[in-house]
Amino acid sequence: MSASLDTTLKPVVPPPDWLPLALAPVLALAALPLVGSPATWATLTLAGLAMGMMIFIMASGLTLIFGLMDVLNFAHAAFITLGAYSATLLLGPRSDWLGADSLVLNAGALLVMVALASAVAAAAGFAFERVIVRPVYGRHLHQILVTVGGLIVAQQLITAAWGPVQVALPLPASFRGIVLVGEVAVERYRLVAVAIGLVVFAAMLLVLNRTRIGLLIRAGVENPEMVEALGYRIRRLFVGVFVAGSALAGLGGVMWGFYREALTPGMGLELTVLVFIVVIIGGLGSVGGCFVGALLVALTANYAGFLAPKLALGSNIVLMVAILLWRSRGLYPVAKR
Amino acid sequence: MPEPLLSLSGVHTHVGPYHILQGVDLAVPGGGVTALLGRNGAGKTSTLRTVMGLWRASAGAIRFAGLEITKAATPDLARGGIAYVPETMSVFSDLTVRENLVLAARAGPPDAARLDWILTLFPALRTFWSVAAGVLSGGQKQMLSVARAIVEPRQLILVDEPTKGLAPAVVANMLAAFAELKRTETTILLVEQNFHFARSLADTVAVMDNGRVVHAGRMAALAADDGLQRRLLGLSLDSHQ
Amino acid sequence: MRFLRALLSDDLPRSRALSAILVAIFLGLLFAPFLFSGSQALNAAAKILYFVVLAASYDLLLGYTGIVSFAHTMFFGIGGYGAGLALYGWGPSWSSVAAGTAIALVLSVALATAIGLFSLRVQRIFFAMITLAVASVFAILASQLGWLTGGEDGRTYQVPPLLRPGFRLFEGEIGGVAINGRIVAYYLLLVTALVLFLAMLRVVNSPFGRVLQAIRENDFRAEAIGYRTVLYRSVANCVSAAVATVAGVMCAVWLRYTGPATTLSFDIMLDILLMVVIGGMGTLYGAVIGATLFLLAETYLQTLMGAISRATEGIPLLPALFHPDRWLLWLGILFIGSVYFFPAGIVGRLGRDR
Repeated sequence: MSASLDTTLKPVVPPPDWLPLALAPVLALAALPLVGSPATWATLTLAGLAMGMMIFIMASGLTLIFGLMDVLNFAHAAFITLGAYSATLLLGPRSDWLGADSLVLNAGALLVMVALASAVAAAAGFAFERVIVRPVYGRHLHQILVTVGGLIVAQQLITAAWGPVQVALPLPASFRGIVLVGEVAVERYRLVAVAIGLVVFAAMLLVLNRTRIGLLIRAGVENPEMVEALGYRIRRLFVGVFVAGSALAGLGGVMWGFYREALTPGMGLELTVLVFIVVIIGGLGSVGGCFVGALLVALTANYAGFLAPKLALGSNIVLMVAILLWRSRGLYPVAKR
Repeated sequence: MPEPLLSLSGVHTHVGPYHILQGVDLAVPGGGVTALLGRNGAGKTSTLRTVMGLWRASAGAIRFAGLEITKAATPDLARGGIAYVPETMSVFSDLTVRENLVLAARAGPPDAARLDWILTLFPALRTFWSVAAGVLSGGQKQMLSVARAIVEPRQLILVDEPTKGLAPAVVANMLAAFAELKRTETTILLVEQNFHFARSLADTVAVMDNGRVVHAGRMAALAADDGLQRRLLGLSLDSHQ
Repeated sequence: MRFLRALLSDDLPRSRALSAILVAIFLGLLFAPFLFSGSQALNAAAKILYFVVLAASYDLLLGYTGIVSFAHTMFFGIGGYGAGLALYGWGPSWSSVAAGTAIALVLSVALATAIGLFSLRVQRIFFAMITLAVASVFAILASQLGWLTGGEDGRTYQVPPLLRPGFRLFEGEIGGVAINGRIVAYYLLLVTALVLFLAMLRVVNSPFGRVLQAIRENDFRAEAIGYRTVLYRSVANCVSAAVATVAGVMCAVWLRYTGPATTLSFDIMLDILLMVVIGGMGTLYGAVIGATLFLLAETYLQTLMGAISRATEGIPLLPALFHPDRWLLWLGILFIGSVYFFPAGIVGRLGRDR
């Protein structure tokens, strides 16, 4: 009888859903004839990849926080800004390292600043979850309102602390400028950004797929109630993810700050628009979708920025609409109870 | 008479504006199977959810293994020895069968002998060990859901309609598995619409209607009394299924 | 009294205190040109008028339907730019205003429908995110299409002669005030605001409005009873967008200027949110009180904070926190506090005494 069960009820295992993964390469190839010059195309593509990695880092935290506890944290923008600004705290004390003509010292300075940015954002996230978010779990409307309120307050506090005007965040000397690969001008920092992005993505995949915490997060995204019924305290897990997501926001923020070499109190909010589009395109709660979405959005923005500068931002809305027409819940919709 | 393993007295539950449980009294003796019967909407699932702490009782008391658990949190109840197999199965569809079971073994890696025993109860799970649970058939998901609840020994298992929508062959497999489980002295509180299934397993029975328990007694007595069956269970139960 | 009851769609303010405040606001606005001297006060009163309409139409969505939108300023902006650009391009005539308004309404409703189609089926949160994305992209587009919109600088234009400061309705004065075109414009705004407000009151108290509230309370149940929730939400979204568009027209006609800062900016979106939540969600009277209070605070809170800031000079950090430009900080804290402690806002606080 068990034998008949095995054969008669064999699941039709669908092949893995690779299609969305092909989108970014297809987009890049399609842009090649439009852009014309291969060298320009290569520069744009690398710029898109670098930007995509940074957006991914910021968006991944948001999508996980949302997936796990249904909290859409509008104040995520504030953690992005806060991370970037807190890196400037080291500009004074570590300026000798930044300016030094030594890759080791420069990389050390960058690392310390990135670590500080993540740590400050993580601490802020911990406090924010405690004070602002916790009282309104499970009440969507209140959550949105309260986190928007938190965003307003945080943005004002940042302005009060650092002033309303633009603050400079210079790149360490070794990461400035370009290297020529054949005819292609490659900005050094973009390579660094792509590398950091890939490391973060790989680490996230590793944690999510190979560790117990990762299994819990994936299970919790799908059905938090059942995770509790198995004896796990989802609240604790959520605090952890909230803190980690905030740290990622801070990391993305400081990377973006170095990319632009200038910070404004409104930078987080401006980026949030892209982050939201990425999260929607990827499918709320999906890290893989978020990665693909970030690359698509950033590549589109860069190609469109070159081909039709005035319409660059509109191109992302077009992209979003096109994807939602194809898959109304995003590229990799997360199964929900 | 020893104290029942689980007892509810005068339990009320409100969900939003709805008053769902309206004073449930129920005793589940240790070591056997208690069937909870009644038509749709009688409050059976709500009773299980309230015991599991997924809904909060607004009045009344719930006791488990000599302790008051009315206000206990769900994770603490699970750690205290209660497992829950929800009606919707709720397997983690993104996780493989293996990962589902690994997660269910909260204390550490699942015990190899016990796991082996579970996989002989549900051979299909062995076959699809590394397949994402989301692509399993309904019956296989149900098996996984039950397996997940017993991967660590638990004192009490709350099972909500394990035969719902299953093919007869799978129901037979499920019945055999529960009979085996019953032999290990695990206490089971079983919500069921399939009277035949419930009768084959249960020692005691409680029937609910309108958020209350309206009858409680020996299963054998109810099984033998056609008139009582008709009066309590009406036409909603198909005893020939 | 029966007439008033009918006018207010049987939805009377629920307490004496609330009624008194509303009557005071109404009388203040009704006689503003005669009570307060100077164009500053009249500008503030007119701003209250179109923000009351804007906030109330937002409450239609937030309070009555439970949907959070961040695109409300987009519709406000479409109205503003519709009327403004028509007056700028086609000359200062009433037909320009009418045509601009009509085009703006069509665009707004079309956009609202499209956004609704994409996001209302899924989750509230989806809607919030998509509206934020669409609205901010719209704002950037508006400032980039400089040939049409005047970019960041916006457009300044003339209004129809009847509404210009140089116009005199008649020779004499009333209460020592000459009835010029500005005052005519003010009363045009007042009448429009009143009509729109009463119309919205009618909508929320109609069977349609009751269904919206049922959906807000429990959409699964509403769906189960047989209401097509998506349809109801979409219609509510469109009505709300249309009213916001007209508020934009009011703003454009009054200011004789339309630019990103007065219509499309995200700051205005946050302002509307603050007005509705602090005033009281789910009651249109809350929008009136919220908008009035907010716009008064914008002026007077800053003065107060300036004083505190100067008084605390020398103490670290405090002067920065009380700098007049940080007034939003304090309103933000008040906002979070009201969501936690009195989600029904000021109107809820004033309670009901019948």
